[in-house]
Amino acid sequence: MLIRQAPDIRSSEITPERLYRNRRQFIQGASGVVAGALVGGAMLGRYGGLLRAQESIDNLKQSPLSTDEEPNSYEDITTYNNFYEFGLDKGDPARYSHEMSIDPWSVRVEGEMNKPAADVALDDLLRPHTLEERIYRLRCVEAWSMVVPWVGFPLGDLIKRFEPTSKAKFVKFETLHRPSEMRGQRGRSLEWPYVEGLRMDEAMHPLAILAVGMYGKTLLNQQGAPLRLVVPWKYGFKSIKSIVKMEFVEEQPRNSWNVAIPNEYGFYSNVNPEVDHPRWSQASERRIGSFFRMRTAMFNGYADQVAGLYDGMDLAQNY
Amino acid sequence: MSVRRVKLCVFAACLIPLGLLVWRAVMGDLTANPIEYITHRTGDWTLRFLLLTLAVTPLRKLMGWSQLASFRRMLGLFAFFYATLHFSTYLVLDFFFDFELILDDVIERRYVTAGFFGFVSLVPLAATSTKAMIRRLGGERWRSLHRLAYVAAVAGVVHYFWLVKIDVLPPLTYAVILAVLLGSRVWFRYTNHRVGRASATGRDRGVPTDADLAG
Ligand code: HEM
Repeated sequence: MLIRQAPDIRSSEITPERLYRNRRQFIQGASGVVAGALVGGAMLGRYGGLLRAQESIDNLKQSPLSTDEEPNSYEDITTYNNFYEFGLDKGDPARYSHEMSIDPWSVRVEGEMNKPAADVALDDLLRPHTLEERIYRLRCVEAWSMVVPWVGFPLGDLIKRFEPTSKAKFVKFETLHRPSEMRGQRGRSLEWPYVEGLRMDEAMHPLAILAVGMYGKTLLNQQGAPLRLVVPWKYGFKSIKSIVKMEFVEEQPRNSWNVAIPNEYGFYSNVNPEVDHPRWSQASERRIGSFFRMRTAMFNGYADQVAGLYDGMDLAQNY
Repeated sequence: MSVRRVKLCVFAACLIPLGLLVWRAVMGDLTANPIEYITHRTGDWTLRFLLLTLAVTPLRKLMGWSQLASFRRMLGLFAFFYATLHFSTYLVLDFFFDFELILDDVIERRYVTAGFFGFVSLVPLAATSTKAMIRRLGGERWRSLHRLAYVAAVAGVVHYFWLVKIDVLPPLTYAVILAVLLGSRVWFRYTNHRVGRASATGRDRGVPTDADLAG
């Protein structure tokens, strides 16, 4: 089964992408067109079937949350990855991740929620959601960055379906642990499975998405197929890949990098040019594909949207 | 083959890492992050050439290959050559002379401080590598100055340890090799001592002879 396309609306009939990508314009005018397109968009990009490697996902809803910066090339995004499950070199994920099978795929959802714990098949997990394109900046803790045109849907929409209780203070995620297909898990580096987590209000934030694709195509394994988190205001390692488990928990989970080197990697890991990594500066970054270094922006440039989440918190303490 | 010809071959071989970089650059095959790639490869070869240089004397003594001595200067200068490329990559390609960021980096980032220290300690070695400078300094002084090569290597290994995120195997490997080289130095000194210093030539004490530097 393929991803259902909307045959009667061609993309050319939808409002030009630029309109959505430019927030100011979006707010200023053409609201009728926008509203119309959004209604249309709600019918588009709806997930209709199994995701297989490199299927294309057409007629995506555009998002006003996208940046209008130029995305990095498909090749750069898919050949330069940190995914230690396949090795430590940036080229290893592209070299070895084909050894991981992602079909069938299900996600265990459990913890402090009203709905009963369940193994949810990927199809069932994705079916109710409308896929949209979100062009986000991605800032790695190693001081490089990219712009990636993700395809996904808001994480909060998924969370609501499981009705977390008031005891659910955090969401904890786990990556697939399958050493037979993930050679990096056979050697010593991090502890497996890879664990990440978000505070509940972070997880419910509209910028936090689960991605299933990129550049209008389903994710490649090296990008964390078939389902990964994208939290654009945090360092890349927070955006956990190839998710097999989501759990609502009361206690702050210990994420893998924090377990490995607690004084260098914290739980929050918000992009912050003022709080240096103990061994290198976070003040600037190299945007892949450009020569000059650029200054890093607070919360990776998403401060307007997310700074409120951390009001009154000491961000140097909660790094 | 004459020593001169072998030297020429070794010289050419020492340029292979640079050649590979240039080749990859021409082919557009320097990964999505070329500057990082160049930094890493030139860093690797700086450390390798440093260790190769330091291996010359122990190997010569162990195997009795007296001709090896004449390669030490060339290898050492190549270490400096790759170190210069490595540092220039950082200065020009990575930070493009943004001295505000660089100063912050050199002072606050301990791995950069260590690397910088290593590089700076190589400068006087390169500057005193000529025959005239050896004569001017005199064998003993020249020899103690050139112990800085060990300092540079230690700084390089520490630099590497401090910059890796989690994979300590490569710096550990270099550290073990360096420890063996340093250990052999201690060992040779001890055994030399028992043979008696009277018979030791300049070369045995680590100062190159004119013959070593010829050609
Ligand atoms: C004796 C001098 C030096 C030696 C032996 C040396 C060696 C190395 C080595 C082995 C690496 C790692 C390569 C890899 O990961 O494969 C490296 C990386 C690096 N070195 Fe050096 N280095 C020296 C001096 C310097 C200096 C003076 C600077 C800058 C001021 C510098 C900046 C860097 C940077 C930025 C990296 C990459 C760090 C990263 O990827 O996070 N190094 N160096």
